Amino acid sequence: MRKMSMEEVESRRAAILETIQDRTLTHEQKVTALARHAENFMKVLDEPEDIDEMLRTDIATQCFCNLYEGEAPYRPRYITPDYPKFLRQGSEFLQLDPPKDLFEALNSLMILYHNVPSITNYPVYIGDLDTLLEPYAEGLDDETVKKALRLFMTQIDRTILDSFCHGDIGPKDTRVGRLLMQVEAELQDAVPNISLRVAEDTPDDFLLAAVECALKCAKPSFANDAMFRAELGDNYCIASCYNGLLKGGGSYTLSRLRLDNIAKKATSLADFTDNWLPHVMDVMARYMDARIKFLVEESGFFESSFLVREGLIDRKNFTAMYGMVGMAECVNRLMELEGRPGRFGHSEEADRLGVAIMEQINSFNNSHFNPYCEATGGHFLLHAQVGIATDHNCSPGTRIPVGEEPEELIDHLKNISLFHKYFPSGTGDIFPVDITVHRNPAYILDIIRGAMRMNIRYLSFYASDSDVIRVTGYLVKRSEVEKLDHGQNVRQNTTGLGLGAKKNCKAFDRRIR
Amino acid sequence: MRAPVNRIIPFSSVDGPGNRTAVFFQCCTFRCEYCHNPETMQMCVGCGKCVAVCPAGALTLTPQGVAYDISKCALCDACIHACPNLSSPRIRWLEPDDVLREIRKNEPFIRGVTFSGGECTLQRDFLLAISPGVHQDGLTLLLDSNGWLDFSADEALLRAIDGVMLDVKAWDEQEHRALTRYSGESVRANLRFLAQRKKLEEVRTVVVPDRMNAEETVHSVCRTLVEVGRADVRYKLIRFRTNGVQEKFRWFRSPTDDEMHALESIAHEMGVMNTVLS
Repeated sequence: MRKMSMEEVESRRAAILETIQDRTLTHEQKVTALARHAENFMKVLDEPEDIDEMLRTDIATQCFCNLYEGEAPYRPRYITPDYPKFLRQGSEFLQLDPPKDLFEALNSLMILYHNVPSITNYPVYIGDLDTLLEPYAEGLDDETVKKALRLFMTQIDRTILDSFCHGDIGPKDTRVGRLLMQVEAELQDAVPNISLRVAEDTPDDFLLAAVECALKCAKPSFANDAMFRAELGDNYCIASCYNGLLKGGGSYTLSRLRLDNIAKKATSLADFTDNWLPHVMDVMARYMDARIKFLVEESGFFESSFLVREGLIDRKNFTAMYGMVGMAECVNRLMELEGRPGRFGHSEEADRLGVAIMEQINSFNNSHFNPYCEATGGHFLLHAQVGIATDHNCSPGTRIPVGEEPEELIDHLKNISLFHKYFPSGTGDIFPVDITVHRNPAYILDIIRGAMRMNIRYLSFYASDSDVIRVTGYLVKRSEVEKLDHGQNVRQNTTGLGLGAKKNCKAFDRRIR
Repeated sequence: MRAPVNRIIPFSSVDGPGNRTAVFFQCCTFRCEYCHNPETMQMCVGCGKCVAVCPAGALTLTPQGVAYDISKCALCDACIHACPNLSSPRIRWLEPDDVLREIRKNEPFIRGVTFSGGECTLQRDFLLAISPGVHQDGLTLLLDSNGWLDFSADEALLRAIDGVMLDVKAWDEQEHRALTRYSGESVRANLRFLAQRKKLEEVRTVVVPDRMNAEETVHSVCRTLVEVGRADVRYKLIRFRTNGVQEKFRWFRSPTDDEMHALESIAHEMGVMNTVLS
């Protein structure tokens, strides 16, 4: 283990005291932060050279970012248990018999959720809730099922304290799927996030019910089932914000290229593509390799977790997510360097440059091999990261910056359709809509159907006057953000992230469609 | 064959079912007081009054009329406000193929096209020409019409379109003449005929309290629909709003929510359940 100076120790102690004395954090939030402080006293990763100047520097100049994943990984970033198996077999570790009815199933799931770790310490994937629960709802009337779901969803919102928690429904029409949406529209809660997988044969009236639900509570989002299935196989799920991962596994880690900052270092387009980008991509990939190696070979997670022992996860189903942000700012900077006038999202030339950069990143990723990513051919999966609260002048993934969205939605969608195909582990775009103008949910249904045909991977809509809104990939309640802004503490961690995204990333100011 | 196109909206949620491209032709047969785009009523006569007020230099007066340079236009609407003739210099004369090309840019996100105006049936030959291309792409073709044209006498047009969204502005003849300066007789006949022929996609009535007897109009429209067995047709009741309306008619009052719900109740009581308040 590498050494640490006393000066650094003192500065970390000051940071710990600051956490302890913070007036806006809840107790749980303090405990999580203190655990992170402790982890960060470690220096155990076999890191590549040059990393400090790329990673551990001012966020305005860093070339890549580890999203504050700790210095000694002791659990995978995202875990996506095999919930059907859990319900079939129960759990020896948790002393649970296989459930015999809906109430036992929901109770067992709540217990398991409490024992599924992640980077946030809360489960990021809570199952394909419709098909998981459909058999248990048989023979029960709608009102009984809804009451049980209402209690279940309320408990999730009040005990899983961030909205990176994600449940999936679809692509088939199910009774539980419909009842769940009815309950969610009533509850108006930020947790969990929900995706509807949309396939060609998803019935229109089921999809329309989902659109109507989304306009009431900003969920579900709409995932392109055919794309995910073609890339990841039938055994995929959507977790956290919008991340495609294999069930019974997850993602070890996620780092993200700061394309905006990398472009700032380059002196020309050629300097960017020939020197800076390849170098940073290589260092970030090797940093991720080092994290995965420690997690798999030294942390003991896969040898000790009951999730592994009981077959609910298998290391062989894990991969890692190779992320990026700031494409728009990167392209705009490079266009300026080359003396070209176009801007990302508004010029074919600028968009083509963006595609060329994606091709370069994709090609790098396809040539980088990690021995513990067997599930995805030995490669990481590209990920358009949704940004973090401190990002400033750096747009999520390949999104067009807020405030610069094209006037016509069709032009926005055409830009999106160029980029979504690169990101099997997730990307997405968000559209607030003024439904008092439209009063026509089928309008959104048509856009979703068209998007699926244009290889657009993931879309979210919310009503512009809704309390629950989507910030970048996760949901917050506007009313809770206001409370936090006035110094009151709030239950969910993501509310704090939402406040930062509102102030730094203009995330509440998207063009209303 | 070219038609005067005032505007094409790529995605519209308010011009029929689902998401549609809406094509607005220039020129109308009615002169409705409450029209929210009165600049579409007449053809430009080339007087040039708009040229002087354009801040972007997008307009020039030529012997052939006012020339419009779309690349310079800032869409500020100064020209429209200055026009003494209920017209606009921003008209493009387009071939059916030009319009089809613009529609195709919006596939596969749209389920159809709506031709509106102005009055779209003034461009009847253009509609016949573009119809095969629209249908070839699997799109539906709807008209948003004021109902002045006798549809029962135009079998070719009926075959070229999938449906009509018909404005029934006032049932009472005098009221209709006062509002539009034209008779409503053909409108009333078209309501019955299009409903029977299953070419009636939607009926629309703009509600202007105090000025128009909306109760009578709603009542009579619903009675007609019920009589021909088409109580399933969607009936959209639209609040009068001052947006875009000529200055001299902006004193008209917008209806309250209660007034709108009362009208909707009339429709429901008569068995027309598929109502939309807008």
